[in-house]
Amino acid sequence: MLRWASHSLIFLLAAPILLGTFIASLPAFGYFPPLGGDQFSLDAWRQLFEVPGITQSVAISLASGVLTPLIALALVFLYLASATGSNLDLWIRRLVSPLLSFPHAAAAFGLAFLIAPSGLLSRLLSPGLTGWERPPDLLIVNDTWGLSLLLGLIVKEVPFLLLMSLAALPQLQPGPRIEVARSLGYRPTLAWLKVVAPGLYPLIRLPVIAVIVFASATVDVALILGPTLPPTLSVRVLAWFNDPDLSFRFVAAAGALLQLGTSLLAVSIWLLLEKSFALLWRFWLSAGGRNIGEGTAFVIGRSAMPTVLLVIAGSLVALLINAFSGPWRFPSSLPSSWTLQHWTNSFQDLMTPLSNTLVISVCSTVIALALVVATLESEQLSDRKLSTPVWLLYLPLLIPQLVFLFGIIVLTEFAAWQASMSLVIFGHLLFVIPYVFLSLSEAYRQLDPRWSQVASTLGASQFKSFWRIRMPLLLAPCLTAVAIGMAISISLFLPTQLLGAGRITTITSEAVALTSGASRNLISVWAIVQLSLPMLGFLAALFIPKFVWRNRIGMQEAR
Amino acid sequence: MSVFSVTSLLSRKLLLLPVLAYASLAMSQNSNLSDWSALEQEAQGEAVYFNAWGGEPRINAYLNWVAVQLSQRYEIDLRHVKVADTSEAVAKVVAERQAGNDSNGSVDLLWINGENFAALKKNELLFGPWAETQPNFDLVNADRYPEMREDFTVPTEGMESPWTRSQLIFYYDSQWIAEPPRSIREILAWTADNPGEFTYPRPPAFLGTTFLKQAVLELSNKDPALYSPVSDAEFERVTKPLWEYLDALHPNLLRTGRYFPSSAAELRRLMGDGETSLAMAFNPNEALLSVRSGELPASVRSYVLTSGTIGNVSFLAIPYNARHKAAAIVASNFLLSVEAQARASHPDYMGSTTVLSIDDLDVDERREFNETNNDPAAISAGDLSRKLAEPHPSWTPALERAWIQRYSVR
Repeated sequence: MLRWASHSLIFLLAAPILLGTFIASLPAFGYFPPLGGDQFSLDAWRQLFEVPGITQSVAISLASGVLTPLIALALVFLYLASATGSNLDLWIRRLVSPLLSFPHAAAAFGLAFLIAPSGLLSRLLSPGLTGWERPPDLLIVNDTWGLSLLLGLIVKEVPFLLLMSLAALPQLQPGPRIEVARSLGYRPTLAWLKVVAPGLYPLIRLPVIAVIVFASATVDVALILGPTLPPTLSVRVLAWFNDPDLSFRFVAAAGALLQLGTSLLAVSIWLLLEKSFALLWRFWLSAGGRNIGEGTAFVIGRSAMPTVLLVIAGSLVALLINAFSGPWRFPSSLPSSWTLQHWTNSFQDLMTPLSNTLVISVCSTVIALALVVATLESEQLSDRKLSTPVWLLYLPLLIPQLVFLFGIIVLTEFAAWQASMSLVIFGHLLFVIPYVFLSLSEAYRQLDPRWSQVASTLGASQFKSFWRIRMPLLLAPCLTAVAIGMAISISLFLPTQLLGAGRITTITSEAVALTSGASRNLISVWAIVQLSLPMLGFLAALFIPKFVWRNRIGMQEAR
Repeated sequence: MSVFSVTSLLSRKLLLLPVLAYASLAMSQNSNLSDWSALEQEAQGEAVYFNAWGGEPRINAYLNWVAVQLSQRYEIDLRHVKVADTSEAVAKVVAERQAGNDSNGSVDLLWINGENFAALKKNELLFGPWAETQPNFDLVNADRYPEMREDFTVPTEGMESPWTRSQLIFYYDSQWIAEPPRSIREILAWTADNPGEFTYPRPPAFLGTTFLKQAVLELSNKDPALYSPVSDAEFERVTKPLWEYLDALHPNLLRTGRYFPSSAAELRRLMGDGETSLAMAFNPNEALLSVRSGELPASVRSYVLTSGTIGNVSFLAIPYNARHKAAAIVASNFLLSVEAQARASHPDYMGSTTVLSIDDLDVDERREFNETNNDPAAISAGDLSRKLAEPHPSWTPALERAWIQRYSVR
């Protein structure tokens, strides 16, 4: 029974993704009978490469795919090297989970409202420091080279990589390593970079690759911050997919495959970078420098994280001001009046997407949790680790969403299925399962097996010891996993957009749809709703165990 | 790539399938368009998936009100499916037709006009004729206003029901501009003196496309070819001055033409932020509404170009395979009522221009439509009388594709 759960987990993840990727490639080569394509041909590819600016689109997707993880990882490593054990570190560790729950789209909106020529930053500095009476005519957001897109992605991926690093670090026992290095005369920051970093990197390699794939193929962030003349490849594929001229479906399919190729190319470039960095590190280590670079690394590391935090905080403030602002003329630093009108105006519009968001995130998370717990439980009972390689769990994060979702759509069209809630929930499940698994598996595996053994010797059945012993002990990690699962589901854009066919809308899909139409005030209202939902989840995950275990001092510490 | 239109591409694709004349049969057997109370009865309890452009919060809020009214009065559950472009909904209908879904379609009612209507009508993907059997259709007085039966030169033949009027207007911030440019050519000269103060939404955003049509009409002295189906040769000839004009204009635009806003709303936001001082809209009341809501400064004024601007009527249509046709008709009839039209035209709500023939209403009813007078940001009735007709719908996609080909890569 439980074994069945672990098999179905693998099947659920792998089948739609591999099948979807395969099916998406059929129309790319001209085969799609519902649209009259019954012969294989290369027409779609010819058309794709004739699209003006296609090279530029690919180049920008590729550049964000490589530069985002490179810069984000450098910042995270320098930070960990310079700040581990400091007061700053204690603070940041507390903030990192809530930061992670900040949905990409909301963060992107906030950033746009912060750095635009008429954004919060420019208003704060004008006219005093800048002399601007009117906003400067600068192309900052949606810039041609995708720099603001890059900034938005880095700001979002730094907390992710930091959390992944923090989770992996204990296995390495960084303390003793650094002590040895220190006793050999290495300055602290260099010591971390020289003895901990090389051990840490392999442990977070998969998350890094997930970042590459996401950054090279993101749709929502690129729609908000990315270039428009031309847009990134992913945005163009979505546009072709929605083109009223259905023959563009073939181009869209070819574009989706090109996206897969672009993401794979970004990963390959990364693997080359890995090799050269490994070489570089070896020279650096064997050169034995104990001081050189310490100061620079320390300054960059210590300032990196506060800078990222400031950008995120600034974005949040920009959203908050806009959500409650009355008329706000440039260059006033603050609105001339405050109002709740944007909230009352959106109230009715928010209802359906809000309830859809809750239904989808609760259903997908509950299903994911049940499957993941069953899998982990069967692993415990059979006393051997899941035979599945971890990368299979990462599969939905390693293949661009656009590609396999596109295939799933093609499949539903072959079968003439209608867009439905269950289809959307299924789509969300593909992304929720990996995160729930990753966040729960360590705690589950580390739980002392002797608790269950004691229960068994007292005559409790397996069933009873699961419900009465293991589940209560694992309440906190389970709730955290639920909060993460729901946060992921809430922030998903593309699965809702594609599988829901516009008929099933969530807070995120509606918020992104507002990008082109709505006022900043309205977008801010939606973005705040979007980011407070996961925040509430994390708060609940924090306080429910505290409440349940208020009479159990030992459990409080276990948290 | 040829400049041939969506329309022709659609029809070419559809020829692959057996041509089915589904359009006029359909409704469930017991319904009859002439028996209105039976129709209302049948509509009860049905949902109407209304696919309408969702890019304007004011319109969305108005449709929320409509949904409440319809559920209270007719037990109809109106669901606004917000599309970014009407062509998305057209694509859905075409896809359903090709998948053989002829009676269970996902689109019940569609806000439409121009090339999208032309495409659906030509391919017999519309239900009807039904529009003129609505009790409220008489209120538009189509005999006096022939534009209620003609959509971008294409006769509607009862396949769509008028909903709202639009006309291209310009608005400017009188704090920065004393005298705004009053023709397409003057705009070029003005932007040369005031770089970075003007821009237009990137086609195929409809306001951007309308600006292209306005420009080509003026630059070609309303070439009659614009009112017949487009051909490659005519397109090349008529649009040559347009491209020369845009090549000269773009370096003078906001961000030196390296960025175009995505919609009318973003254009408005740019002026609200003080980035630009001249903008345009397709809702004649746009400036007035935005001044009242605080989005634009009180110094904004509206006007129409000296030789007139493009105006049109937009309509509601029902796809041939719509699942809830009776409810869609009842909803459309309500949207055409004096009450719904008056609310739609009220500047506190949607602020659109009504399709009803105001002169034919009685005095009390007429009063409900007079809210916008005497506001300095409002457009004058005299300005709105200078109206140019929309070119043939085939020009729309042709212009859009050519623009994208030329300017979508910087």
